[in-house]
This record gives sequence, structure tokens and C-alpha cells, in this order.
Amino acid sequence: MKHPMKHQFRLYVAGGTQNSVDAANNLAFYCKQNLPASHEIELIDVLTRPELALADKVFMTPTLVRMRPRPHLRIVGTLSNAQSMSTMLDLAGAVA
Amino acid sequence: MGFDGITHGGLPRARTSLLVGGPGSGKTLFGLRFLVHGARECGEPGIFVAFEESTERIIANASSFGWGLPGLVPSKLTFLDARPSPDLVQSGAFDLEGLLAVLKATIRKTGARRIVFDALDIYLVLLPDPVAKRREVYRLNEWLLANKLTGLITAKADGEEAGATMSHASGFMQFMVDCAVMLNHRVSLGVSQRNLRVVKYRGSSFDENEAPFVIGSTGFDVAISRTAAPREKPVSNERISSGVKRLDTMLGGGYYKGSSILITGFPGTAKTTLSGAFAEAACKRGERTIFFSFDSDGNEVIRNLLSVRIRLQRFVDNGLLRMVSARTISGSAETLLVRIKALAREHDAHCLVIDPVSTLAKVGNELTAHGVAERLIDWTKSDGTTLVCTSLLDELNGQVDGSTPLQISTIADTWIHLNYLVQAGERNRGLSILKSRGTAHSNQVRELILTDAGVTLADVYTAGGEVLMGTMRWEKESSERIANEVANVAGKLKRVSLDAEEAVLEVRAKSLRTELIAKQVEKTLLTRTSQSRRGDLSLGHLRMRQLRRGDAARPPAKGAKL
Repeated sequence: MKHPMKHQFRLYVAGGTQNSVDAANNLAFYCKQNLPASHEIELIDVLTRPELALADKVFMTPTLVRMRPRPHLRIVGTLSNAQSMSTMLDLAGAVA
Repeated sequence: MGFDGITHGGLPRARTSLLVGGPGSGKTLFGLRFLVHGARECGEPGIFVAFEESTERIIANASSFGWGLPGLVPSKLTFLDARPSPDLVQSGAFDLEGLLAVLKATIRKTGARRIVFDALDIYLVLLPDPVAKRREVYRLNEWLLANKLTGLITAKADGEEAGATMSHASGFMQFMVDCAVMLNHRVSLGVSQRNLRVVKYRGSSFDENEAPFVIGSTGFDVAISRTAAPREKPVSNERISSGVKRLDTMLGGGYYKGSSILITGFPGTAKTTLSGAFAEAACKRGERTIFFSFDSDGNEVIRNLLSVRIRLQRFVDNGLLRMVSARTISGSAETLLVRIKALAREHDAHCLVIDPVSTLAKVGNELTAHGVAERLIDWTKSDGTTLVCTSLLDELNGQVDGSTPLQISTIADTWIHLNYLVQAGERNRGLSILKSRGTAHSNQVRELILTDAGVTLADVYTAGGEVLMGTMRWEKESSERIANEVANVAGKLKRVSLDAEEAVLEVRAKSLRTELIAKQVEKTLLTRTSQSRRGDLSLGHLRMRQLRRGDAARPPAKGAKL
């Protein structure tokens, strides 16, 4: 993987709720472990920027949207399930 | 809609209500109606959060109800497509904060006061455990209360019978919300019956019974059961013609305006003819009339009635009369009532004819038909509409003087019964008034005669406890006439002979009188002769004494006996 595909994530959170904090932490942990230096995380707080949530049709928080690589994928929840998380990342790796 | 009547005012403002129902029970429609009403009539914008259907589909589905949804979107009515995407991957706990944030932004923009969460159960099934479900519902409720929104949550009920097998979350929701309504969609004997029931309503009295409702051409129509609502129209003392002159006389002046008249009879006893006569009379007075015919086509009815000189076509042409052939309308009694109501309102009818109303009690409708019939009469009364309905009596049961299948007879004001009398190989129609509230009506059975000159009633021939009609009546009448003539002649003869006898007697009396006078004269004569003779005698004595000169001259004592 000489030119590792850069992963772009958008994480929608709802302020400082427990679920949101958990999700942010979990995402950061996974990325650090599996995609060091090739990821980008955009954190969006729906409480302050609801128009973005509406545009992306994000109604459940926290929601992780994989912006890149395509296609867009979504995971809803605190990302505590390692299995589903790695499925997503593995899939990403396969594309890359 | 009639729901307001059941709950005495509608859904609770700034509270949360729950609507539970099975598939196709009208949950979405109810929610949408609530928002449309708010947006159009109350100036309260609304938000529709759809967890199940896309916005386009909802608008398309509701387009047939004439609510003008596209005109309300987006300023007064906002749709939010909150369907979870099918490729959704779940990992760990999540909540609805995102939705609430979006909603809050929308509210800030549109000033929405009403919000509907349609099919919240779709979202709830994504949640892993009952605790999480409960927490989310609680969150939603709190949020609605905090924002002072009038909320309506719809959820599916498991199984056919809502209530008994309510899922855990819905069950919890029922406890939490302030008002819970259940929609029911049953099929009994092949006929669909929709029912609505208010399960709970904090802080308001409500009608606890199931109320039938119909999803009709204008949307949601809940049939309110009879409530003690004040009559909108004062009762009228005005009489209107039944279309048959002698029937009016029998009724003491005709039907009361705004009353309900029931005409019962076996098939072919001229029920339709009588109701046609009423329709014609109504149109002649210039009253708008609508005629529902469940038996035959409207044009057929007009043609058939023409044979007894009831001419309806001219009123159809000038728009006063509307014939509705309702043979093709299928569905529950409730549906029929809604259709009847809608068409009658559309026509602005003052007189309503339903021929026959027993159609309501077709197979599968027995349970509800009575309630429907009651509401029909209730509705016509409060609208001041004069209702004439015919009812077919089951010939097999032969309930000649019994009750009608719908028990309308007890609530109708006037009940006219038509029956056949079979005598001497003839069937003749007899008409009697079984009851007529508030009128001095005749107790007589009359013969109903249909001729090409019109409909008339004739007195039946009653003699010796027998009621005769038709030819028998005619025969009896003519034989009576002959008997009368014979008696007349005999009387005359008798008089003549009596006159003769009288004359003879008079003659005899005259001759007797003459004889009597003769006798009297004779008697007088006799008296006079005897007197003169006596005078002669005494004179003779005196003379003799004078001649003898023996005694002193003394006149004889007068009257002395000889």
C-alpha cells in the first residue's frame, strides 16, 4: 500500500451526549489502529448545524458516514461493535 | 371530522397522542388530516415525519382527498423523510437526537405547532432492547412537551386485533401519552369495517365505544354515535304533501317537514311508486330532492313511474331532482351512509328518498346497519331534511306487523305499511298507516290503486268484518246498489197501495159521517114530534076540564106527568 487511499469520515454527533462521545472515541481508536495517517475525520454537531444533518438525512445520532472511498456507507451507533466496524474498513481496504 | 365529537374537542393541545392500528387502518391518513386541518383552518403549521413512506408517495396517496397538500408544502406543512436507509449498518447504541435537532431547526423556520411521527415503530425496532426503546420514546415525549408541540405518534399494532397483543414499546407508549386512539380494520362476512376507539384521554371525557369510520372521497370520516347534541334545526310544524292526495288526508295534512317516513312492504307493493310520488310533489314545491335507488337504475325508475303518471324526468332536467343509482355502490353500511351524505350535501337536498333502506342491512352489515340507520335519521333530522325510505320486508318471515330488519320503524316518525290482500284470485294493494307521530291519522286500511291516471286511494269495502278490495269490492258495491234499487221500488209500491187503502178508508169515513148527520137529523125530528104531541095532550086535558067544569079552574102543574 504505497499510496494508501485516504479515508474520509464524517461523524454526526449530538452535542456531548454519551453516545456521541463514545462514537468519537471509538472511531478515533479504530482509525489509529487500522488506518494510521491515511484518514480524515470531520465531526459535525447536529445541534449546531442541523441543516447538514437534514441534507445528509441523518436523523439518528451518532452516525458515521464514510465519504471516501465511494460508495457512501453509514454506520449508526457508538461504533462499539468491532465486527461491523472492521467490515467497513476491510471493505474499504479491498477497494483500495 | 367526527373524531372531535368523540373526544369532545379533538386531540390534546401541546400534548402527545398515540395512534395505534393494524396495517391499512388509516394511521397515516389520520395523522395527515390532523396536520392539514391545522394548517388550513387553525393557522398552525405542521411537520410530518415519515419513517415508513417517502414524501412523494404520501402526497400522491393523499391527492385524491382534495386536501390541496402540494399548496401547503413547504411553508405550512413540512415533510421529513426519516426512513432508515436499507443499507444501514448498526453498531452500538444510538438515539434520535439528530432528528430532534433537525426538527428544531425546521420549527424555527416554519413555526410549526403540530408534528406527526408516522410509523415510529419502524425506528423502534432498530433499537436493541426494550430499555433503549423506552428511553427513545421518553426522549421524544419530553422533547415534544418541552417545545409545546401537539404531537401525534402513530405505531403499528401487532396482529389483527389491536390492543391485546400490543408490542412492548407501544404498550409503554400508551401509558406515557396523554391520549391513545386505536384504529381497527376488521372484515366481517366479507365486508370491511373500520372502527376507531379512544383508549384513554387524560383530562377529557370521551366516548369509550368503538366508532365506525370510513376512508372516503374526502378523507377520514368518523361516524359519531348519537350524542345528545342540541338539534340544529327547530322542529317544523309545516306539512308537506306525500304526493297522494288522499294519503295526505289520511295523515291529517301530509308528512311533517323534516320528519322521517318509512314505507314498508313486500316486493311489488308500490313502495317505489309512493316514494316517487313524494319526490314529484317535493319537486313541484321547488324543493331540491335526491333519490337513491338501490334496486334499479335511476332512468328505469323514472320510466316505470311514468306509467302511473309520476313524471320525474322534467325535474331531473331542470336540476331539482337527482336520481342516484346506487346499485353499484358496494361496501359497508358505513360507506353507503357516507356516500349518501356526501351526495345529498352536494345536491343541497331538502328531501331525500332512499329506496330501499334495507340495502344497508345486506349480508355482513347486520351488526352496524342499525347504528347506521339510526345515524341516517339523526342526520336528516338535524339537517331538517325530509327523509322517505322504503324497506323491504322479508316475505319468508312474513313480519306483516312486525319490526323491520333495521328497526327503523321505531325511530321513524311515520310508518306506512303496504301489503297484499289475496282474495278471489286477485292481489290488491292495501295501505295502512301504522304510526304517524303528532298527526291525527286515519286508522283505515285503504286500497291503493295504480292507474295510468295516477295513484289514488280508495275506501275498501268493509262489511261483516270482511275487507274487500279490487273486483270483489266492485262486485259487492254493485250488488249493494241493486239491492238498494229493489228496496226502493218495493217501498214505492207499498206507498201506492197504502195510498189506495187510505183513499178507500177516507171515502168510507165520509159516507159514515153523512149517515151520522142523517141519523142526527132524524133524532131531532123525533124529539120535536114527541114534544108537540105532549103539548097537544096537555092542552086536550085542560080543555076537557074546562068542559066538565067540575073542578076549580086550576092550571095543570107544568111538567106534570101524565
